[in-house]
Amino acid sequence: MSALLVNLAYIVAAVMFIFGLRMLGSPATARSGNALSSGGMLIAIVVTLLSKGIVEFHWIAVAAAAGALVGALASRLVAMTAMPEMVALFNGSGGIASLLVAWAALFGASPGVGGVTTFTAVTVFLSIMIGGVTFSGSLVAWAKLAEVMPSGAIVFVGQRVINAALLGGLVLGGVLFALLPAPDSPLFYAILGLAVLLGVMAVIPIGGADMPVVISLLNSYSGLAACAAGFAINNNILIVSGSLVGAAGIILTNIMCKAMNRSLTNVLFSGFGAVKTVTKVEGDVKPIVAEDAYLILEAASAVTFVPGYGMAVAQAQHVVRELGEILEANGCEVSYAIHPVAGRMPGHMNVLLAEANVPYDQLVESDDINPRMPNVDVAVVIGANDVVNPAARDDDASPIYGMPIVNVDHARTVFVLKRSMASGFAGVDNPLFFGTNTRMLFGDAKASISALISEFK
Amino acid sequence: MELIPVYLAFILILAIFLGFELISKVPATLHTPLMSGANAISGITIVGALLAAGAGGPSGLATLLGSAAVFFATVNVVGGYLVTDRMLGLFKKKTDDAP
Repeated sequence: MSALLVNLAYIVAAVMFIFGLRMLGSPATARSGNALSSGGMLIAIVVTLLSKGIVEFHWIAVAAAAGALVGALASRLVAMTAMPEMVALFNGSGGIASLLVAWAALFGASPGVGGVTTFTAVTVFLSIMIGGVTFSGSLVAWAKLAEVMPSGAIVFVGQRVINAALLGGLVLGGVLFALLPAPDSPLFYAILGLAVLLGVMAVIPIGGADMPVVISLLNSYSGLAACAAGFAINNNILIVSGSLVGAAGIILTNIMCKAMNRSLTNVLFSGFGAVKTVTKVEGDVKPIVAEDAYLILEAASAVTFVPGYGMAVAQAQHVVRELGEILEANGCEVSYAIHPVAGRMPGHMNVLLAEANVPYDQLVESDDINPRMPNVDVAVVIGANDVVNPAARDDDASPIYGMPIVNVDHARTVFVLKRSMASGFAGVDNPLFFGTNTRMLFGDAKASISALISEFK
Repeated sequence: MELIPVYLAFILILAIFLGFELISKVPATLHTPLMSGANAISGITIVGALLAAGAGGPSGLATLLGSAAVFFATVNVVGGYLVTDRMLGLFKKKTDDAP
């Protein structure tokens, strides 16, 4: 197939990606959008295989078959609760693939040109840097999410200096590499090593609840890495698709940052764990047992569930849905208030509740539920903490002051399902627990909800 | 020849603006599928990987690197699209009668 035909087919693929992404923006069309986008990918792959550039299929067949098998198995077998880990690993594999493409480009993948040009050297360097950071950063994010390593922020003295030195060293290496591009030099391997190390160092100071930001940022990087690889091999489709993904990731990152009222620099460079609490909240917590909670719920006409990461940990989404259905059958209006950063990745709670068969039109965003909160009889907080902390609204000394929250304290009654009185990820005391209309239902979220369900039966 | 980088940069800038326009308003419900669907698209690097692995050049290392890239990119593409489809299959509207 001639280069002209191949490039025309790439245009078709790019258009399919664009429409696919657009359709992913609405629940009604999202699934067909994803299918359209995968069709575009298939076209791009097939015409590439038919192009004159490919003369040897042996290794391609082996590698593609192995990759398809791993990808298909992983996507089928992963539990919905483990989705953040899965997304992190896929981001990482995209990153390392772009790194390898750029690396291979150094070895006369475009033969005929004498040596490596400065332009190629610069773009290869960028691909290696972004791809390497995406790869190792995603692995660290995975390890934190899977709790293979501590999920909190790992901070130490001089961290910023070390990271700045790493970045500086990397840029210096890039300049030297552009002047003296050689594929098999110590300089090249130094760049490779520094990029991978930078990814690790960049993600370890970021703790659990900030993960939605990191995951969407790494998502953006995986696109930018493909884009840089596209420059390295002069390929339009890589540049277009990669930058679309890069832009999408940046937008999501921005939404996540806004939801926490923090700037991206603040999330990336200051571990939340290091913040000391200023205001100490004092007061009595009022525990409640399932029997009494049942009586209140039984009489309620509007109930809002507010899930957080604790619901994912307890795998409580199915029993929550069951309780919701029982309440509805009881003539109660049930909704689910989802804070944008509840959980460990953007949209985490939405996916879990969808898995439990909660219709997505029952899910409301915090801005929509807050004005209606005074009319809600019971707000049930399940394993959420910082996203319902009134200190973010009222206490300007609080480290999370200014973060938009779900105003559950404005509801007539609040049930907080919690294991114990430990503070949330941010290490901030939560005045909600001491509110006059708050009742604490201690214990495992799944067990507590199940107890409520059996009261109804 | 010197103009090629400029053309490529031109494409890059336009695509970035297009990306921002496309995704500026996505409901929170779709944040995860959008992310994993976009991630699958970033697997487009498979095109570069195929070209590197199949070039049949003199360097065995280039073929090796290319093949490894094909493996990882395929994991990304196949896994990314399938897992996105699986997630989207879970999203239901209340009025839907589908099981």
